Amino acid sequence: MKPRNTLLTALAIAIAALALWFADGTLGSFAMRILNLSAIYIVLSLSLNLVNGFTGLFSLGCAGFMAVGAYVSALLSMTADVKEMNFFLEPLTPFLQNLSLPFPLALVAGGACAAIAGLIIGLPVLRLRDDYLAIATLGFSEIIRVLITNFQSLTNGAQGLKNIPRKATTWTVWGVAAATVAFMALLTRSSYGRQLKAIRDDEIAAEAMGVNVFRVKVVSFTISSFIAGVGGALLGHMITTIDPKMFTFMLTFNILLIVVLGGSGSITGSVVASIAITILMEAMRFLDGPLNLVFLKTDGLPGLRMVVFSALLMAVVLFRQRGLMGDRELSWDGLAKAGLLPRNKKGGMA
Amino acid sequence: MKLKTDAATMRFGGLTAVSALDLEIDSGEIVGLIGPNGAGKTTAFNMITGVYAPSEGKILFEGRDMTGRSPHSITEAGIARTFQNIRLFSTMSVLENVLVGCAVRERPNWFNSVLRTPGYRKRSKASHDFAMELLAETGLAELADEKATSLPYGKQRRLEIARALASRPSLLLLDEPAAGMNPQESIDLMNFIRRVRDRFDLTILLIEHHMQVVMGICARMYVLDYGVTIAHGTPDQIRRDPKVIEAYLGVE
Ligand SMILES: Nc1ncnc2c1ncn2[C@@H]1O[C@H](COP(=O)(O)OP(=O)(O)OP(=O)(O)O)[C@@H](O)[C@H]1O
Ligand SMILES: [Mg+2]
Repeated sequence: MKPRNTLLTALAIAIAALALWFADGTLGSFAMRILNLSAIYIVLSLSLNLVNGFTGLFSLGCAGFMAVGAYVSALLSMTADVKEMNFFLEPLTPFLQNLSLPFPLALVAGGACAAIAGLIIGLPVLRLRDDYLAIATLGFSEIIRVLITNFQSLTNGAQGLKNIPRKATTWTVWGVAAATVAFMALLTRSSYGRQLKAIRDDEIAAEAMGVNVFRVKVVSFTISSFIAGVGGALLGHMITTIDPKMFTFMLTFNILLIVVLGGSGSITGSVVASIAITILMEAMRFLDGPLNLVFLKTDGLPGLRMVVFSALLMAVVLFRQRGLMGDRELSWDGLAKAGLLPRNKKGGMA
Repeated sequence: MKLKTDAATMRFGGLTAVSALDLEIDSGEIVGLIGPNGAGKTTAFNMITGVYAPSEGKILFEGRDMTGRSPHSITEAGIARTFQNIRLFSTMSVLENVLVGCAVRERPNWFNSVLRTPGYRKRSKASHDFAMELLAETGLAELADEKATSLPYGKQRRLEIARALASRPSLLLLDEPAAGMNPQESIDLMNFIRRVRDRFDLTILLIEHHMQVVMGICARMYVLDYGVTIAHGTPDQIRRDPKVIEAYLGVE
């Protein structure tokens, strides 16, 4: 990296951290929750973007992997008393009842279990034509939900889990989001990342150039599942309750929307879209309630918000197919070219 | 012997696209594979490179049986190819296209890639240097940062060759490299191919539609028609072969 860019990146991170610290001190807990939710959406959208945007596959399994991560991490991090309170219908299996891990370990374990689930689906399905992945991951998400609902002694069934320790603080979620962004940036700009993009651009040519297409797809899908699992774990430890109904296809759809709007194959696109959409979703919550727009009155149309968002998605597909950023990135060099930064003088900073 | 196909046959349903193909190519040769449209030339390439597993017969590369192996492992073994309808990585730059070809020797893994370990840096630097050398060799060095698909047609063909060379093959398969070129460009390309062969110690099998183009560069050639090998030999023998004349007159 050019010294100017390193400096600007460091500066931007410092400003973001400062802004976060300021927001944490001044904004109310509700506003902070929305801000932190957008950090979790950054993690989740990058997970999906890795597979759909960078590797050119089409996965719809986000919610399923999140559910795995959320449940595994919650069951590992809750204390014995909280578990006892939760599992009043049928006790939790003794092994888990007495196991309580520190949050970072529980987070990693959640991601790891999601990654294993990804591996189990990926190994048979990624050999097949690409459309099968969409079907298999969709099916997986539904199966996971059914399993969670029915394994009372392991998951507490439809009641879900309550009083999960609120460990996903502002610094935790934004720290994980920043780490995910850094990971993705390093991965996609490496020799390995080039293989992902080669598969996306032309699978036959990639294989002919010696890329082990199947293996690279499995690795990409497994890493993505891990990240989705971590995202799910964060979500559980932020809102402190989880239940199977949270992890429906709508959740995957929201994340897909963010990836498409931001631009599939663009990290900065996913980041910007995650923040913008999470805030917009909240700002438009009034749409679901009773409306009084002088000429249009309703008594509350739950779901109107989603209608608006679906329309937005369709508009993007029609008018700006490649999303906000296409597959490009916001970069300091790009900003400089657009005249938004002082020109980089030859010879650098010295 | 560099490459040998032993009665390699490819059937698609009822259609026999290639029947009992017996190629024998020695190290360092430039051999032509010609024939009219639909004769089965590309299908023969697809069998050799593992895109299709032959319905019958065997593919032997440097004496090793390659039959049924996956395309990437065949590339790893040392066979590289270009495509009849150019297949460049469209979102990547010229340099990145070549770097993808380098990966089979670099063998990056995701973990070291993300951590940018010293080993990773060293290997990727070596790939980068080799890619730049290939671009210089193919006259594309100044275009390294251009988008691959923005190049003019002839340069895209050269880039495909550079990308194939990046995997350090010992056998190079070229599928109609002169397609869409005028006679002068074709002659330049053939000279270029000969130079590349000498420079990188290659054996080359090349498909060509137009006989005149290959005559000058290939010491030997095979002629396919409807999947059947109707002739093989030196350009002079081919030119005079009545079956070849008939096959070509029948088409043109
Ligand atoms: N995957 C496939 N499935 C069915 N038929 C195929 C397939 N691939 C090729 N063929 C058929 O096999 C025959 C040989 O095709 P091939 O592409 O090998 O010809 P070619 O000699 O390369 O011709 P051209 O000069 O037009 O490139 C054609 O009749 C083609 O339609
Ligand atoms: Mg062909």
